[in-house]
Amino acid sequence: MSELVIDVNNLTKKFNDFTAVDSISFYVKKGEIFGFLGANGAGKTTAMRMLTGLSKPTSGQALVLGLDVNSSADRIKKGIGYMSQKFSLYNDLTVKENIRFYGGIYGLSRAQIKSKTEEILEELSLKDVAKKLVSELPLGWKQRLSFAVAMVHDPAVVFLDEPTGGVDPHVRRQFWETIYEQASRGKTIFVTTHYMDEAEYCDRLSIMVDGKIGAMGTPGELKEHYSTDTMDDVFLKLVR
Amino acid sequence: MLPIKIENISKTFDGVKALDNISFTVEEGELFGLIGPDGAGKTTLFRILTTLLLADEGTAEVLGFDVIKNYKTIRSKVGYMPGKFSLYQDLSVEENLDFFATIFGTSIEENYDLIADIYRQIEPFKKRLAGDLSGGMKQKLALSCALIHKPDVLFLDEPTTGVDAVSRKEFWEMLQSLKEKGIAILVSTPYMDEASLCDRIALIQEGKILQTDSPQNLITSYPHPLYSVKAQDTYQTLQTLRLAPFTRSILPFGDTLHLSTKQGGSIQEIEDFLNAKSQSQIEVKPIKATVEDVFLNLSSPQTKESPS
Repeated sequence: MSELVIDVNNLTKKFNDFTAVDSISFYVKKGEIFGFLGANGAGKTTAMRMLTGLSKPTSGQALVLGLDVNSSADRIKKGIGYMSQKFSLYNDLTVKENIRFYGGIYGLSRAQIKSKTEEILEELSLKDVAKKLVSELPLGWKQRLSFAVAMVHDPAVVFLDEPTGGVDPHVRRQFWETIYEQASRGKTIFVTTHYMDEAEYCDRLSIMVDGKIGAMGTPGELKEHYSTDTMDDVFLKLVR
Repeated sequence: MLPIKIENISKTFDGVKALDNISFTVEEGELFGLIGPDGAGKTTLFRILTTLLLADEGTAEVLGFDVIKNYKTIRSKVGYMPGKFSLYQDLSVEENLDFFATIFGTSIEENYDLIADIYRQIEPFKKRLAGDLSGGMKQKLALSCALIHKPDVLFLDEPTTGVDAVSRKEFWEMLQSLKEKGIAILVSTPYMDEASLCDRIALIQEGKILQTDSPQNLITSYPHPLYSVKAQDTYQTLQTLRLAPFTRSILPFGDTLHLSTKQGGSIQEIEDFLNAKSQSQIEVKPIKATVEDVFLNLSSPQTKESPS
């Protein structure tokens, strides 16, 4: 049995009489790339806010890295990485300052920040632009930097919130290669998206419909089950 | 009269060429897609065509009117849905629609039949503030407001960005029915899979048009042998094939790899190569290119990545 990095049982969130997340259960294994899909308003964001320790469940249980989201939210926040395409970096700070800022936030020591900065600049070939403002970087670089920054404290699991929507097809593929590489090193990746071509990069997917998990499986299994060629059609059959 | 005619348009911001010698036309009753990633220059071109921004060089006409000399005429005859939601958040659904109708000297009643299919879906919420609508509903309201004065040309800048697959599909169906009513439509999108829903498309990257054609012609113009490769470990297989002598390019498409080969790389050769590198559960099939394959082939990966 592989190690479970995320283990969710009957997780529920109600806002007054509206049930945003309705008793969902699933798990994510170590080293897995797990896609968390759903239509606008299906409950994706609410569920992810609970998993990242930002919101408390009404009932049910969720363990992230073995920690209970109810009682150990702060420890969970330290142990996970989070990247959103839109908000991850400070445009008016330089590349180096962004790394230092996030390193500081996550409580890394000066020595750790220094070595981590070297490592990121080296791995992403960003040495020449270390002192440039992030706003001056091409989108593809920004994106890989925000991923590196989300991993600055070496978390075992990283949450990616719609990571590559709208990005150049070449750049997007470089990004997914980075994700594959991290997964092959044993990092667990949790991706929310409503773009089905992004979903096809995941090892396993769940699709939320009206607060519940409507379907779960590998992209191949889902396509076979719904007798279609694309994830787009799977999604349409399930949600429409 | 051509709905849109663009000739050698260029625009530079702070030394960066946002648009570099763009030319194309949109024919009467055509649904034309401008397809390219964020930062390609799509919005800049929309702003020039809707008379909100001046080009540095080149000329453009909308419905036969020059975008500089006749800007006022153009503004009364086109509908524009910007990429960023730009309606009044503190007005209700109905108030927004009424506002735009009045501005253009008409009324909701007068052109109701044009927007009926779209507006009916949000009409039950007509008293709700626009700021409180969901993404899909905002999009429908914005389209209704862009249509309420019965424009001859419609400009839609990334209408489906941030919208889920179901709303996207519904939106494209709405565009088809508007097109059937004779409205010429220029629509931009970063999503390559939406290209096939257009009559013709222009692929745009870094301010340059890579190619303009029908989606079908673009696909058949793909010049190299192309295969899909599946294997148990996609990432390992990708790295293995990158080093193969027959590989021209190898790119991931979700759980599948698209391998474009130099002349001579047969299925047998590909399978043998992978078997020799002990990859398992290999499945190699010849495939037709997609619009995304065409885009990847025409655009260069280096421009954005080489440290200057």
